Amino acid sequence: MSDLLRLGLNDLHEELGGKMVPFAGYSMPVQYPMGVLKEHLHTRAAAGLFDVSHMGQVILRPKGSYEATALDFERLMPVDVAGLAEGRQRYGLFTNDAGGILDDLMFANRGDHLFVVVNAACKAADIAHMQAHLSGTTEVLPVTDRALLALQGPAAEAALARLVPQVAAMRFMDVAQVPTVFGELWISRSGYTGEDGYEISVPDGGAEGLARALLAMAEVAPIGLGARDSLRLEAGLCLYGHDIDETTSPVEAGLTWAIQKARRAGGAREGGFPGSARILRELAEGPARRRVGLRPEGRAPMREGVELYAGETAVGRITSGGFGPSVEAPVAMGYVAADHAATGTALAGELRGKRQPVTVADMPFQPTTYKR
Amino acid sequence: MKYTKEHEWLRVEGDLVVVGITEHAAEALGDVVFVELPEPETQVGAGDEVCVIESVKAASDILAPVEGEIVAVNEKLADNPGLVNEDPLGEAWFFKMKLDDLSVLDDFMDEDEYKELIG
Repeated sequence: MSDLLRLGLNDLHEELGGKMVPFAGYSMPVQYPMGVLKEHLHTRAAAGLFDVSHMGQVILRPKGSYEATALDFERLMPVDVAGLAEGRQRYGLFTNDAGGILDDLMFANRGDHLFVVVNAACKAADIAHMQAHLSGTTEVLPVTDRALLALQGPAAEAALARLVPQVAAMRFMDVAQVPTVFGELWISRSGYTGEDGYEISVPDGGAEGLARALLAMAEVAPIGLGARDSLRLEAGLCLYGHDIDETTSPVEAGLTWAIQKARRAGGAREGGFPGSARILRELAEGPARRRVGLRPEGRAPMREGVELYAGETAVGRITSGGFGPSVEAPVAMGYVAADHAATGTALAGELRGKRQPVTVADMPFQPTTYKR
Repeated sequence: MKYTKEHEWLRVEGDLVVVGITEHAAEALGDVVFVELPEPETQVGAGDEVCVIESVKAASDILAPVEGEIVAVNEKLADNPGLVNEDPLGEAWFFKMKLDDLSVLDDFMDEDEYKELIG
């Protein structure tokens, strides 16, 4: 445990009774005394506060024009960066030459620069990747003196607006930089639970004050990684390293909504990203396999690694699965051969040597409540 | 009450032994969402996997502590797996076994020894 990095708010997590476990090189709270199930339900009913400071925060500072940086950054992703309006955030994916996914991320246009948030486990590689490819136009500046908190759930707006009234007017995927008593907050109206809410980058010196001010509110409870996982699973969102990785393409993963028209065939800036040959071909012809939602019959969860069968033929495998506390049933996602990917297809999952029925289902499993 | 290294409790009830999991185990598992019970009237050997418990975190097995016949299972757990967290030592028993010789239970830990194990 001694090699693990400690979060800036480590002492607060321990004071709150957080059960600390290793995750992506950090000691992280997996749950608090409330427990995963109640933390999950609390987030959907009121508001949950998550410490996601392990994630990588990076500023892309143009050496010349913003446009040159945006176009350069765009060459790493099948995503429209240049067309993103100021004050807005977008979901992105770094791809490799084989069309696989190196990481998924969020990026925001902050007028004269871009702000990027990447996964903890990938952040060193992502920073090296950006430094290797963007140095002609851009300074890649890791932000190492800020915590990142997420406040998620239907009461998130009311809670955060007590401290920062401006956030009530923000819409889904808006970003703002707001001076407060906790320092300048970098706020986005987004998250990874399927709920309305915010992600808040806060200077290290103000992080504990902000967290305590939010936790003092009746609606807000601290939520660990366990519930973060079940919440994102119910919302149908991918966990990097499980549901997407270097072998899965964005098209197979069902992330085509993240590939805007400008980068597709016939678009203004068609192709020109790593793996474009495969990705554009799969967009045109369809992929050989697809990520799908799965609803196991009965109450037994089917977890990552469960093999899927159509009759006697192996057709795929589960990449994430568990019990959905809001759905009140097991839910999963995984990859299946494209001809078995239609909603309603009856498959079987091999659970402890027995084949159990599971049906291909639409995602999200739980309706999202983003404030668009 | 006797205890196993696998954090099961064993309680003698007439000529039967009732098996459940300890509070310590229930807490470590987290919220239980699914329990798969064995068929009653099954002959099992010591160490056989006889139940599956799924929590929000992971799946784990309950092992038969001794050789014998499973004569009853707690069907309530199939409908309400959360009982394992609410009342692990009482209502959330898993199964009852009939043993040829109850004296085999003498080999298991008593409460003091179990408390020492879990620190």
